Amino acid sequence: MSVAIATTLDFKGLSCPLPIVKTAQAFKTLPSGAVAEVLATDAGSVADFTAWCGATGNQLVEHSADGGIYRFVIRRK
Amino acid sequence: MSQATTDAVPGAIAEAEARRRTDKLVIFTWGGDLDKVWPTLILATTAAAMGMEVLVFFTFWGLFPLVRNDVRLTGDNWMQKAMSLLHRGGTEHLRLSQMNFAGMGPAMMRKLANEHHVASPQELLELARDMGVRLIPCQMTMDLLGLKREDLIDGLGEPAGAATALAEAQDAITLFI
Repeated sequence: MSVAIATTLDFKGLSCPLPIVKTAQAFKTLPSGAVAEVLATDAGSVADFTAWCGATGNQLVEHSADGGIYRFVIRRK
Repeated sequence: MSQATTDAVPGAIAEAEARRRTDKLVIFTWGGDLDKVWPTLILATTAAAMGMEVLVFFTFWGLFPLVRNDVRLTGDNWMQKAMSLLHRGGTEHLRLSQMNFAGMGPAMMRKLANEHHVASPQELLELARDMGVRLIPCQMTMDLLGLKREDLIDGLGEPAGAATALAEAQDAITLFI
């Protein structure tokens, strides 16, 4: 299943809590239902983005890791 | 089981669930050390990112990070002035509670943080403010240390006291850092 990605948020190189904080800030500007791709290198990202989606109600559509880069596809609530 | 008892059960469950899941965080920032202020600001910004309502009440040494970095001498009398000379306020002048080594410890921490792209306390403080985190300085400590409103950074909430902070904390997760 592929989803249309509205925007890519590149937070590679940033450490906790910036990937989450900057994602939250960017999500405020997205319309409901929009899908964003987030890229990060923080090894805590998988746990953190899962928790963030759980707490905020945004939907974690998929996530993957490739060569130390974590990719999250998230649909805005 | 009586009717009154069965009726009370769903209400009690709902109440327990409401208690368990709160979307408000109140942090009492009491310590002014770099290694206390930093996690305080990380938690405050992250909580705001998670959609929580966040209030940070800065009291005692916790006021240090709110002092403007360009303010050197604060206080009205010699004791307050001497204290500010011995311990300068501002996010750029915070010390470590351990391994301070006359400022070498914090300098190394900042260098490491910079290399690892960890946001500085100043950056996090500005982010917190931008994200709507309420930053409340303790009026009593301001008086005690002789700190005036103009000695502190912009964008803070109205200085208040313990009762204000505790009232805010009644329906919140609270941390004392």
